[in-house]
Amino acid sequence: MTAFPFAAIVGQDAMKTAMILTAVEPRLSGVLVFGDRGTGKSTAVRALAALLPPITVVRGCPINSETPEAVPAWTSVAEAELKSRPTPVVDLPLGVTEDRVTGALDIERALVHGEKTFQPGLLAQANRGYLYIDEVNLLEDHIVDLLLDVAQSGENLVERDGLSIRHPARFVLVGSGNPEEGELRPQLLDRFALSVDITSPTDIEERIEVIRRRDAFETNPDAFLATWEPEQAWIRDRILTARRALDTIEVPEAALRDAAELCMTLGADGLRGELTLIRAGRALAAYEAAPRVVRDHLRRIAPIALSHRLRRDPLDEAGSVTRVTRCTEEVLG
Amino acid sequence: MTSTARPDDSLPQTGVERANLAMRMAARDPDGLKGVILQARAGPLRDAVVATLPAQTVRIHAGIGLEALTGGLDLAQTLVEGRAILREGLLDRPGWLLISMAERLPREIVAVLSQRLDRKGTGPVLLLDEGQEPDDRIDAALVERVALHVSLSEDERLQNPHLSAVPSSPFRGARASHAAEDTATLAALACRFGVNSLRAPLFALRSAQAIAGLQERDNVQPGDLAQAAALSLAHRATCLPDSPVPPDAKDSPSPNTPDTSRPVDPATVSDSLPESILLEAVRAVLPTDLLSRLAGGTSAVRRCASGAGQRKTGNRRGRPLPARRKRPSGRERLDIIATLRAAAPWQKIRRSAEATPGPRIWPSDLHVRRFEDRSDRLLIFAVDASGSAALARLAEAKGAVELLLSQSYATRDHVALIAFRGQAAELLLPPTRSLVQTRRRLAALPGGGGTPLAAALKIAGETALVAQRHGLSPALALLTDGRANVALDGSADRAAAQKDAQQMARWIYGLGLPGTVIDVGRRPRDQLAVLAALLGANYTPLPHAAAEGLSRVLHDSLA
Repeated sequence: MTAFPFAAIVGQDAMKTAMILTAVEPRLSGVLVFGDRGTGKSTAVRALAALLPPITVVRGCPINSETPEAVPAWTSVAEAELKSRPTPVVDLPLGVTEDRVTGALDIERALVHGEKTFQPGLLAQANRGYLYIDEVNLLEDHIVDLLLDVAQSGENLVERDGLSIRHPARFVLVGSGNPEEGELRPQLLDRFALSVDITSPTDIEERIEVIRRRDAFETNPDAFLATWEPEQAWIRDRILTARRALDTIEVPEAALRDAAELCMTLGADGLRGELTLIRAGRALAAYEAAPRVVRDHLRRIAPIALSHRLRRDPLDEAGSVTRVTRCTEEVLG
Repeated sequence: MTSTARPDDSLPQTGVERANLAMRMAARDPDGLKGVILQARAGPLRDAVVATLPAQTVRIHAGIGLEALTGGLDLAQTLVEGRAILREGLLDRPGWLLISMAERLPREIVAVLSQRLDRKGTGPVLLLDEGQEPDDRIDAALVERVALHVSLSEDERLQNPHLSAVPSSPFRGARASHAAEDTATLAALACRFGVNSLRAPLFALRSAQAIAGLQERDNVQPGDLAQAAALSLAHRATCLPDSPVPPDAKDSPSPNTPDTSRPVDPATVSDSLPESILLEAVRAVLPTDLLSRLAGGTSAVRRCASGAGQRKTGNRRGRPLPARRKRPSGRERLDIIATLRAAAPWQKIRRSAEATPGPRIWPSDLHVRRFEDRSDRLLIFAVDASGSAALARLAEAKGAVELLLSQSYATRDHVALIAFRGQAAELLLPPTRSLVQTRRRLAALPGGGGTPLAAALKIAGETALVAQRHGLSPALALLTDGRANVALDGSADRAAAQKDAQQMARWIYGLGLPGTVIDVGRRPRDQLAVLAALLGANYTPLPHAAAEGLSRVLHDSLA
């Protein structure tokens, strides 16, 4: 199924920026998108995958290995032929079983052939791509714990049914949810590098434009894609250029100092805030073809990198984004 | 139903006909419209509507297993034949999918279904909603993704409705064209009914195209838009069009007496279409209890309009534990997969030892399922917001509840909030895990009026009962000064009020609800201590405590 072009998504700039940054710097290992239904969360995730350049994989490899050497021994990949495929986006549905996520003994092969083989799960499929969890706040706790563990280590370890398998599982975790249905545990919140709150556009013209584009896309997808291809290509080029430039982006002492001061003033827990701020700032600088991270980059990144890391202050009526913005203004001027 | 003039003579007059039209629309454009939600009790009328479905419709019930839907290994057949037999999932079959008792679909089925609906090529679904209670509605995620909604509640006595058969395959030709400003009209209309989701106006547009197509026209006419809006927007309404934002319940006009003489805001009306017609069409099918839903606060609106119940947050199953090697006794369930897994590696050896085909399962392979059954806690806060309490320390009580909320958020407790003041108590927030909502609701809670303590206890008890049914462990935290002066019937009789409160307390005691009573009055009162004893709850007088102290007491006594 063809995805809606990323470039044609109306508004929702914070969400688009956050997703582009993870495409530039996959070590920004997650984006959390919270907002009402029908605001285009899933559309954006799928659109991003279609925007990204294809990846090279070994044909038939269940974990999308890049080189024949990287193909794990437990797979049955015979010849090491390379092919290119779109960046994987794997949907993780609610109510999914642990077996499906991590992979398990291939019951079919075991029954029929009496062989002990590993059947890879969703984590394997998502390797080198995106793992998308809709309604992440309703996911069962034990699955969340498992995901956190893997996202942290970049490796999936399966010890069950007499199997002992490990394989790389590096993916960008994209979680979406509706805040009215419950919230995420702080531990989980913290693992998402970036967090965006989105709302339906309140401007009627913007809403009309959304529907107009969506209607045009569904009526004639090919023509619509063709119209947007130049802009898609432009964004794709910028992402690719930014990826190459990423290591050369300078992070001056002043930027580090700014980041630290900002996090301290906000009282964000741990050092993850600073680290994310710097990484995201660097990715933004790279995307905008700037040679170094400057204060303005940090200022723009701060709301999406820090708002979900604040200590909860239930007596504060203002949202955390407002707090971050206010504080950023104070600290960074 | 309103009896105001119909916007279009061809608009179906009854719910049954509307349902039939909606189903034919969904059959024509399943990718665009996804399906129909039919809210109706089981009965001949509904049967008549369902009978119009094509013969090859797949019928499932809410208790269906995930595997049957998505397909997978057919264990029984695999065991018989000794080779892997894969079963096709019901979701992979083309054509209609009929789901009865859709309001009871478990969360994981809803999730899989939603995922499929987001893709193209899934046959249209007909979701039968038999929910009668407000918290017994189809999951919001599904309501959001299915374009059309029809309720049969009005014409249950109707005889011999005129219905057409629903075609089995979708229409392959081009969709009807529409005027450029139709998009704007529908977007504006959705806004005026407080529909935030952008799927809704798009659904309305596709609906209008389907209606035009069914009448074999190749362009959309205003009448089509009106019908489309009635079928795809009305049930999502969260406010009435006279007020631009979701109104504060009590001031909104009744949907039963639509004020058509009111001038329509010219800014949002497109020049080519009489928007009053559209408004009227939507209004004509608005649920008659919209007002009462609005009165229940925005959460009730959201829940009913989009169907999100709190059932799904309540009824979590236990965390699965690894299966244990054991022969099942009567009360345990065999874990077939684990058993087969245990047997699988030995098949070669065992096969050479015996001659019959099929896998060899030895008793030592048997595994039983185990779950860690840990039910979630529900904290029911009943907060006294009467004049006497407000004077004393409503702000402190609010602060304490908020502090506790932020703690319960980390432990994933559910919370419900009851406020009582004036003549009655109100369930401000049905059980939820959303801190955001609770905080908002709490902050907006005004103080003043009498103390209908008995009414508060009644609602608390009822909420606890429902929660227990959903597998939660409820606990009650009552914050009051105990000056009950409004009886259950709403009369301001101090003696009757106390008597009613004590009677309710005895009833709650019978429910076995753990609880705590915090006296937030200026001076501790014996009366309240008595009430606490009746409730079987801790009694904590807190003459001079800050929010922090209150919160600690609450936490300690409920832990």
